[in-house]
Amino acid sequence: MELQTIWFFLWGLLWAVFFMTDGFDFGVGTLYPFLGKSEEDKRAMINSIGPFWDGNEVWLITAGGVTFAAFPKVYAVMFSSLYTPLLLILFALILRGVAFEFRGQIEDAGWKRVWDLCIFIGSFIPALLFGVAFANIFRGIPFDGQGIYHGNILMLLNPYGLLGGILFLLLFMLHGANWLAMKTEGDLNVRASAVAEKIWLALVPVAVLFLIASAFATNLYNNYISNPASIIVILISVLSLLTIKVYLRKKAYFSAWCASALTIVSCTFFGVIGLFPVLFPSLLDAQYNLTAFNHSSSPMTLSIMLGVVVVFIPIVIVYQMWTYNLFKGKVAKEEMEY
Amino acid sequence: MDPVFLSRLQFAVATMFHFLFVPLTLGLSIIIAWMETQYVRTGDKVYLQMTKFWGKIFLINFAVGVVTGITLEFQFGTNWSRYSEYVGDVFGSLLAIEASVAFFLESTFIGIWVFGWKRLSAKAHATVMWLVAIAGNLSAVWILTANGFMQHPVGYTIRNGRAEMTDFFEVLFNKFSILEILHVIPSACLLAAFVVMGISAWHLLKKQHVEFFTSSFKIALVFGLVSSLVAGFTGDLHGTHVAEVQPAKLAAMEAHWETQTSAPIVMFAIPDQDAGKNLIEIGSIPGLLSFLGYHDFNTTVRGLNDFPADERPPVAITFAAFRTMVGLGTLFILLMVYGWFRRDKLMESPTFLKIMLFSIPLPYIAIEMGWVLAEVGRQPWIVYGLMRTSDAASPVAGYQVMVSLIAFIVIYGLLGGVGYYLIAKHAIKGPVSLLADDSKH
Repeated sequence: MELQTIWFFLWGLLWAVFFMTDGFDFGVGTLYPFLGKSEEDKRAMINSIGPFWDGNEVWLITAGGVTFAAFPKVYAVMFSSLYTPLLLILFALILRGVAFEFRGQIEDAGWKRVWDLCIFIGSFIPALLFGVAFANIFRGIPFDGQGIYHGNILMLLNPYGLLGGILFLLLFMLHGANWLAMKTEGDLNVRASAVAEKIWLALVPVAVLFLIASAFATNLYNNYISNPASIIVILISVLSLLTIKVYLRKKAYFSAWCASALTIVSCTFFGVIGLFPVLFPSLLDAQYNLTAFNHSSSPMTLSIMLGVVVVFIPIVIVYQMWTYNLFKGKVAKEEMEY
Repeated sequence: MDPVFLSRLQFAVATMFHFLFVPLTLGLSIIIAWMETQYVRTGDKVYLQMTKFWGKIFLINFAVGVVTGITLEFQFGTNWSRYSEYVGDVFGSLLAIEASVAFFLESTFIGIWVFGWKRLSAKAHATVMWLVAIAGNLSAVWILTANGFMQHPVGYTIRNGRAEMTDFFEVLFNKFSILEILHVIPSACLLAAFVVMGISAWHLLKKQHVEFFTSSFKIALVFGLVSSLVAGFTGDLHGTHVAEVQPAKLAAMEAHWETQTSAPIVMFAIPDQDAGKNLIEIGSIPGLLSFLGYHDFNTTVRGLNDFPADERPPVAITFAAFRTMVGLGTLFILLMVYGWFRRDKLMESPTFLKIMLFSIPLPYIAIEMGWVLAEVGRQPWIVYGLMRTSDAASPVAGYQVMVSLIAFIVIYGLLGGVGYYLIAKHAIKGPVSLLADDSKH
């Protein structure tokens, strides 16, 4: 396999892992004002993601970093075209990150309300906007051969883009609800599992609609037609989505959470495989498309970076899994640091 | 609205704000790891109390530092897309390595450190803090290596209309980067030591928690003394290397206009960029610039007027930033040496304690001025001699940058205000008795 092909799929994998890991803490943050009835509930919710959210967010930095390293032109055109939505996401993440740390520093209801709002906004906005951005990437972005963007932020809010936003939001909310069902006890646990079932009911029609709409709004299916074996990814995403419901019924919340993780990864790969080898398609003219082959870094950089990623990413996965294992089980009251 | 100017302003706001928090994270992480290790070794609860008290200040500061770092990586794409596609082959890989090798480690283990008091043995918990400290500083090493490429590009060739890497190890062992690392990390340690000493001095002046803060002060003093000397020494080495590879920056930081042998250093000047001379010059020492730049009193030093006008950095800012940094750096060494001799008589040295309390902002000013010197002094280049800043910006509309710039200023302003308010509140409150509050830090 060519280096470019390997890098294309590594690029997709890093985004998928980012959505899988930060996805559940975005979900918890989005559900926070609705499920967190009492101060105790709220603390249990934020402490359930406390040891993890920061490490999860580094997957975003890494996904961004490898885009820069392996496909500099894509990094340049993608982030300058998506200037406003990306900065909105970043500001949201800033507010969320400090909110976790600041919230518990002063015992005052008004103070806490401010940071509660930041936790919600900081989780809801990225969940929605990453969906909008990626659906628009699947569809194509209006930029020309010079990499200059010909559009405005409102153009991103087209029906397919919005559908993608809602899909991501519901996926992350379900993933977060599963996490809370797994990590909390008592009344909060009952509410979290009930809301997971409700979100699932809303998610299924949205996912079906998205799969159908993709046939009209994008060229994603072309790769599946020319290479039918890849349809297995779509089957995995549909099956894992259905299994979530089964596990929720059985109250097997860890399995339900694994199933929602798999759903997110396979949904991301549905798009990634459909795009191949295009990383950033132009809506204006297919000849402006930025692909893995015409806009990658030099073979030397791709090889060095491959060495780095092959050695270090498995190490990261090992110590992150060790962390999840270290903090397994329900959130304990005496260990709440936020 | 010129998007280049606005993007420069935005980047300056974002990096300078970010760097208000980073050095304390770098230095304090090591100090805390050392305190926690002392606790493990001696079993003395005072060290545990110290770990928790300074740890809390560390965490508030860390939160602001880490979230403001994320925007920086993405700003190369959003605001500097021409730059990104031109040097991404070299520069992008350094940022990606930083994330996968260092930042992951730091961010994952900080979570373990905060939440893992009950789940890890004391020894393992202290090891986790060392990992946080090492990873944070390793992050800085990669970022400074990336900056070193912008200052003094090596290990690349121009191919396919962009800079492509030809020798990874040349990029890695760029002398400029190594000198930056050796200067910035001790400076960060110095800043952290000053914060610890300043806060300790406040309590010692009030004669409260005397044992706790005397001990903290003395740990920081050793740390500060060593760092101030190392930072001064590497600063000098770094200066001579700048003289060699960035002669225009050297001339600007000394407001040196005419090429001459035995070039002098002027203590104070008001440079006039357009006229190509200094309006006022006070205290000129002949030959000193030749000596400091090239270690020979007779060397010829190229003046700014021998560089094309469009290749001269903004002289007044560079000159003032350099003077502020060096002046403060000298003061820090004097304070640390004096402090060393007063180390066992702190309670009898209220004036010294007061000076240390009011000195807290000074290393912040010094370290920010160091960056102003490095970055403004590199202008008009974004990559020295290779790409101009004016060619590097994204083709985005000025109004977009204007809106985001205002958002940056408002959000960061609030964040900084709240962050420092909380740090001050916690610092003033003092250490919590471990008996009353066993599980918290």
